Amino acid sequence: MGWTQKILRVNLTDGSVKSEPLNREWAHDYLGQRGLATRYFVAEVDPGVDALGPDNKMIMATGPLTGTMASTGGRYSVICKSPLTGAIACSNSGGFLGAEMKNAGWDMIIFEGRSPTPVYLYVENDRAELRPADDLWGKSVWETDELLHKKHQDPQLRVATVGRAAEAGCLYSAIINDLHRAAGRSGVGTVMASKNLKAVAIRGTRGVGNIKDPIRFMNVTREQKKVLADNAVTGQGLPTYGTQVLMNVINEIGALPTRNMREVRFEGAGKVSAEAMHEPRHSDGKPNLTTNAGCFGCTIACGRISTIDRGHFSVANKPEYWGNSGGLEYEAAWALGPDTGVDDLDALTYVNFLCNEDGMDPISFGSTVAAAMELFEEGAITTEDTGGIELRFGSAEALVAVTELTARGEGFGKALGLGSRRLCEKYGHPELSMTVKSQEFPAYDPRGIQGMGLTYATSNRGACHLRSYTVSSEVLGIPVKTDPLETDGKPELVIAFQDATAAVDSSGLCIFTTFAWSLENIAPQIDAACEGDWPVERVAEVGARIWQLERDFNMKAGLTGADDTLPGRLLKDAANVGPATGKVAGLDQMLPKYYELRGWTADGQLTDEVRSKFNLPA
Amino acid sequence: MQKSLHIDPGKCTGCLQCEMACSYENEGLFNPSKSRIKVFTFHEEGRFVPYTCTQCDDAWCMQACPVDAIVLNAVTGSKDIVNDRCVGCKVCTIACPFGTVNYNSTSGKVIKCDLCGGNPQCAEACPTGAITYIDADATGLDRMRQWAGKTDTQRAAA
Repeated sequence: MGWTQKILRVNLTDGSVKSEPLNREWAHDYLGQRGLATRYFVAEVDPGVDALGPDNKMIMATGPLTGTMASTGGRYSVICKSPLTGAIACSNSGGFLGAEMKNAGWDMIIFEGRSPTPVYLYVENDRAELRPADDLWGKSVWETDELLHKKHQDPQLRVATVGRAAEAGCLYSAIINDLHRAAGRSGVGTVMASKNLKAVAIRGTRGVGNIKDPIRFMNVTREQKKVLADNAVTGQGLPTYGTQVLMNVINEIGALPTRNMREVRFEGAGKVSAEAMHEPRHSDGKPNLTTNAGCFGCTIACGRISTIDRGHFSVANKPEYWGNSGGLEYEAAWALGPDTGVDDLDALTYVNFLCNEDGMDPISFGSTVAAAMELFEEGAITTEDTGGIELRFGSAEALVAVTELTARGEGFGKALGLGSRRLCEKYGHPELSMTVKSQEFPAYDPRGIQGMGLTYATSNRGACHLRSYTVSSEVLGIPVKTDPLETDGKPELVIAFQDATAAVDSSGLCIFTTFAWSLENIAPQIDAACEGDWPVERVAEVGARIWQLERDFNMKAGLTGADDTLPGRLLKDAANVGPATGKVAGLDQMLPKYYELRGWTADGQLTDEVRSKFNLPA
Repeated sequence: MQKSLHIDPGKCTGCLQCEMACSYENEGLFNPSKSRIKVFTFHEEGRFVPYTCTQCDDAWCMQACPVDAIVLNAVTGSKDIVNDRCVGCKVCTIACPFGTVNYNSTSGKVIKCDLCGGNPQCAEACPTGAITYIDADATGLDRMRQWAGKTDTQRAAA
């Protein structure tokens, strides 16, 4: 219970669509969403598979709490092998699509093979079918969403789709649902497009029930919503300022990676911060931020709904961008702003709109532009390569121009679509790529927040803040304050965060609840909904099992301990300003201990002992 | 004291907790498609607006029903569907100027807000106070207070 116990299997090669019962034994070991989909994935896909070949599969999976009244219970994840990293990809999204899938009666949808021609999947409760999408191919996310709503004459249809970036092969393409919510990282959209699958359109009216103990569930979810409301971060900070509340905080502590991580503090941070989004504009007196917004079931509502100044150069003659849409969140604002040296809030908002409009991960995109800007300033690329664009740090005009190209897969945008690692190699400077396992960094400099160095190096999907957000502890003091400049104790901290996060990502809930909640708050909600007993220890063990399973897949896919590293810049060039002055990322002081605590060999391989302890498949 | 639902769209974040609470109370499932209250998103404008039955005093739906299946709840003032009498003719859905009476194809009856018998679950579930259940004779009180606060009496006196 908690699960609908049905999965939809879609074979794109032969066009068949069929219903299967959920493997309940796996659900008991892996809970749902991230964990359960990974269990299916490793059972069905050869780790050596070509990520963009027909033998890769793509799973869209909900958690047992998706579609319920538990706060933030609207999440789904996309699992596949990543074309960017060659590791497992697992990207999580909010919005409304996940809950709609559950309302239609499905725990997950497994896509396999490759369609000979463009198609989309239409699901109306039990009825699911592939339909031609020739007229949708070549269209943006926003156009596709509108066309599907028109075609089905159903305003309540929920749509997830890829844009032109994915069709053009951009390696960090996202799947966008509900116009501006993204399964963003690791190129899951690129995989979707490689299967000639343009969109998934779902209408579910069956409702979500099957709760083990409904009265207890309603009581415990009500109590836990109160915990979120009473917490300073989830009750006030996030609704008011969104994740952008971090911009000035992280800059202050000298951990805001700036100009392709050459520096750790950005002089223009204030101009692109949450506070700036609240400031009335000179032109029309309106602030950038119109309102905050919640995803399905979310009582935090950190989402940003914004407009761009109509007089701004990016949209001056483009009324189609004058309305409201998804605004800047911290990671996107950082990658598009401080990392490229651009401090123009309207330009960043426009570029963020474009990332949603055509389905690109703004973190990887912004970081790749930052690398390209450094290549340009070093003379490794010239205006001949860029088609005349003066791609210098701080140029909002250049940022806007290359975004339009990359989103649409045109000109120099093709090269930017390769991602930072491949771009820097192409132009002979691999050392300028700020990536781990070929995935670009997010917005925390590990010289100033040491735990994040270990987080990035060991993340199962390449550099990522959402695998273990030790910023919580090291900067915000949640659940306990640790010294961000210290490496001692960080292996333990990172493991605790990695395992807890894997569990939360498998439940249907949002990781942002963990500013207020621990597994002590989450386990009782799972326990009231799901078959069996779900004490905290079991939920934590599920998280640890998922981490090991993902690692196991990556090792079988050919990654090694040597991939658990950071770019030389972070290991050798010390921070030159702020509290971290003189510090480099102390990865070598943390990694051996981390391996030991994980029960791995000195070169980072899983042991038989670990496999048997967690009952991992052979 | 008679109470009524009061909606302040400016506070709504579009989270749909109200729709889930409504469907759970009435259908036993979390099912926004069967909710008596609906949240509308005006994407371009960046607005979310919850909308449901206002419980008209002289209710068109009640007048139109040919089988007297819509009755006044004397305690709450709500207009309630009597399921045993409803024949699913849908005339009330046409009569309602606001569209807040709707047909439920699963049951073959119409559904509308009945204020949950005086404890509306949408208001209970709303995390932002966008939906409240307050004195029906004073739904303007908050707005009056806001304007009153802006009145510059000191300047007027001087």
